[in-house]
Amino acid sequence: MTTTSTPPRDEAPAKSAAQSAASLLLQSMRNNMRQYGMLIALALIVVLFQIWTDGTLLLPNNVSNLIQQNGYILILAIGMMIVIIAGHIDLSVGSLVAFVGAMSAVMIVNHDVPWGLALVLCLLIGAVAGAWQGFFIAYVGIPSFIVTLAGMLLFRGLTQIVLEGKSIAPFPNGFQNIAKGFIPEMGPYTQYHNPTLLLGLATIAFLLVREWRDRKRQLAYELDVLPTGLWVTKLVAMTAAVVAFTLTLASFHGVPVVMLIMCGLLLGLGYVMRNAVVGRHIYALGGNSAAAKLSGVKDRRVTFLVFVNMGVLAALAGCVYAARLNAGTPQAGLNFELEAIAAAFIGGASMSGGVGTVMGAVIGGLVLGVLNNGMSLVGIGTDYQQVIKGLVLLAAVGFDIWNKRRVGR
Amino acid sequence: MPTTPGSGRPVLEMRGITKTFPGVKALSDVSLTVRPGEIHAVCGENGAGKSTLMKVLSGVHPHGSYDGEIRFEDEPVAFKDIRASEQRGIVIIHQELALVPYLSIAENIFLGNEQTTARGLVDWNDTLRKAGELLRRVGLPEKPGTAVVDIAVGKQQLVEIAKALAKKVKLLILDEPTAALNDEDSAKLLSLIRELRDQGIASIIISHKLNEIRDIADSVTILRDGRSIETLTVRETPSSEPELSEKRIIRGMVGRDLDHRFPDRTHYEGADAGEIALAVEGWTVRHPIDHHRKVVDDVSLTVRRGEIVGIAGLMGAGRTELAMSVFGRSYGQYVSGTVAVAGRTVDTRSVPAAVDAGIAYVTEDRKRYGLNLIDSIKRNVSLPSLPGMLRHGVVDEHHERRVAERYRQSMNIKAPTVYEQVGRLSGGNQQKVVLSKWIHADPDVLILDEPTRGIDVGAKFEIYTVIDRLAAEGKAVLFISSELPELLGMCDRIYTMAEGRLTGEVTRAEADQEVLMRHMTMNRS
Repeated sequence: MTTTSTPPRDEAPAKSAAQSAASLLLQSMRNNMRQYGMLIALALIVVLFQIWTDGTLLLPNNVSNLIQQNGYILILAIGMMIVIIAGHIDLSVGSLVAFVGAMSAVMIVNHDVPWGLALVLCLLIGAVAGAWQGFFIAYVGIPSFIVTLAGMLLFRGLTQIVLEGKSIAPFPNGFQNIAKGFIPEMGPYTQYHNPTLLLGLATIAFLLVREWRDRKRQLAYELDVLPTGLWVTKLVAMTAAVVAFTLTLASFHGVPVVMLIMCGLLLGLGYVMRNAVVGRHIYALGGNSAAAKLSGVKDRRVTFLVFVNMGVLAALAGCVYAARLNAGTPQAGLNFELEAIAAAFIGGASMSGGVGTVMGAVIGGLVLGVLNNGMSLVGIGTDYQQVIKGLVLLAAVGFDIWNKRRVGR
Repeated sequence: MPTTPGSGRPVLEMRGITKTFPGVKALSDVSLTVRPGEIHAVCGENGAGKSTLMKVLSGVHPHGSYDGEIRFEDEPVAFKDIRASEQRGIVIIHQELALVPYLSIAENIFLGNEQTTARGLVDWNDTLRKAGELLRRVGLPEKPGTAVVDIAVGKQQLVEIAKALAKKVKLLILDEPTAALNDEDSAKLLSLIRELRDQGIASIIISHKLNEIRDIADSVTILRDGRSIETLTVRETPSSEPELSEKRIIRGMVGRDLDHRFPDRTHYEGADAGEIALAVEGWTVRHPIDHHRKVVDDVSLTVRRGEIVGIAGLMGAGRTELAMSVFGRSYGQYVSGTVAVAGRTVDTRSVPAAVDAGIAYVTEDRKRYGLNLIDSIKRNVSLPSLPGMLRHGVVDEHHERRVAERYRQSMNIKAPTVYEQVGRLSGGNQQKVVLSKWIHADPDVLILDEPTRGIDVGAKFEIYTVIDRLAAEGKAVLFISSELPELLGMCDRIYTMAEGRLTGEVTRAEADQEVLMRHMTMNRS
């Protein structure tokens, strides 16, 4: 081309508000490229397998199944994401899952401890295990890779000692329901599961009220907000997504208990990481620990808490997994740490820390989960499944690095 | 070799060297001539361009990234990297030694230059024998098999020189070779450099210790603001006044006019004006690894409300170490001393305690110690003040965003939004973010460590204006800087430090660059 034409420049001033909103949107897209990218990738994977499985993937019973199959990995991925954001790694979670599962079996099956009490004790065991590792990492200063590698051996060994090499089963129904149950049906017969519909409505109300309040406060503080049209579109899209998901679940047995736990963690820990001081401190430590220390972040205490949190979540995952298997077994949780780490990296974590979100961990976990489920449905063997999951991990992180290089610096 | 120092055709000629970094002209039309077998000192203030010049010479900045001509042994040379310059016999020894601590002396000497057998394996007999010879040549009575980590810093310096000799060095460049050494080790090192000179090896020495330069150098080239100002030579001196006097060198280094680069100082008018805000008493700190060295030695100083007090000192004088150890003992091993804020002795044992006591420290190394580069302006600004931004126990993001927005405007941080990643900003804007962060923490005492390092003149003026405003609001400002003009332009009083001790205190009226430089170069000996 030898000639260039100047585009007409009318309405420039009128556009400025919309432009600044658009630049805000672009900014947040660019800063969360990996997450948006993965959300799109997740959607593509879902669509692909939906077509490939002739619609089986999104059938209500398969959606329930998918959630229950991946619940414990998602719980681990959330904890792992926080560990990685803080600039550490935890290799012990798979073994800890097995150990806590074994302890729950010993308590409930062998010693008739009421399952509710046993669950609480299991979470305590997880906290103590996390505190043990956190102590060596934060206060003694041993690298987390080594401490948790030791933990991986240690908890696996303890599992075998506790179980004496055998599986212990079966669990009472109440305990099994943690992994397999649904929230109970109530009220008159409709075509749908009533409490699920109510939960869906509550979710929509909650989201709308939150958006509304946020916007009001942003306006009060005279900050930039999305233009009204765009905002309404966003609300409609959000509502539609929740409605579709609610109806899918409500036309089967309703909301699985695991999903309730998951959503609680996603909301609670997501909120903590975004808004609580300790969350901010975790990002700061992972991003630049020297600068964080010089800004008054209590680095040791924060690191310690991160590992206690991981321990509790691993214990929770351990109970869910034991309940799903309906047994405490010595081989439980093998390679779970690797699945959780993979989920965190697919979901936007960075090897050097300081980056990532709890939501990202869930998205990363779902990418792996849908791949697992979809590939099983179409009859791809576990050998090829592993190959494909490995390639997906490589591609996700490779894309991120390529994208960063392209954006510059 | 029969060469006499400083005679004959030059071994090295650098002519018209100009090196530009984005936005900064680091060197402009610099010339440097080194004669065979002479010790040539390069002097200048921090930032005058000494290290850049040495990087150009040694190929760190490859040929093509600078303008000008380099001739070595009468041939034009164009080094594409350090290896290329080392092959010609130009070896640079950096201030931070480049030795691998857990390898032996012999392995370090031949690192990257391994003595191999015919089959390509390391020839240990040859390595150890040659290393032994080199150690004898530099006068180091250690076994070649000793690990470098087990010998003292002074001896490590000699290993570096042995390493250079192993590369058949013809021109040795030493960057601040005695900065980390005690007097005895320094003397030993300097006499070794003299011996090498007598064997025909020329040296370029960069040093802040003017008495050393006076003692050892055959000629001195002075750089100022990226230009070569003059070259002084022992030989050409008429008998009356020696040209290489410390006073003469200082005049060359600082001979620059103060122009209008600083805002007029505004004075604090509050009722408590003149009250002592910060008092440090008998502050002594040891080096974090080398416990025998006191990096800060019995320092006592005061800063009043609304006062800007400078600390001048050359690299390694202990200024940053003083500031960081006062700020939550973030550096070194505390020995003794107290800190009082507004007359009350305060606990500064940890950073949170120091922040609570009303002290803030703005680091000299913003990328390493000041900012989370992968996070936004907003979150960087709020980090130390998060507990004050809570609403129902969690961070009020709207409030946080508004705070960041306010600083973006008042400090003139050039970024489209407060969500911009700090790592994408220019140095000056990053510095404004660090300042915003600590101003918002609302301390009584601000310690600013090289707040204008590496930023352009325009941004400097803005930062000076901010500092003036802080003092006018009644804050006590302790201003550490290597740039004497800015201390003279901004401070009410200036302390000088050398080798960890306070060596002087001068008021604005009696201060000028020569007075300060004299105090700063005062040695223990």
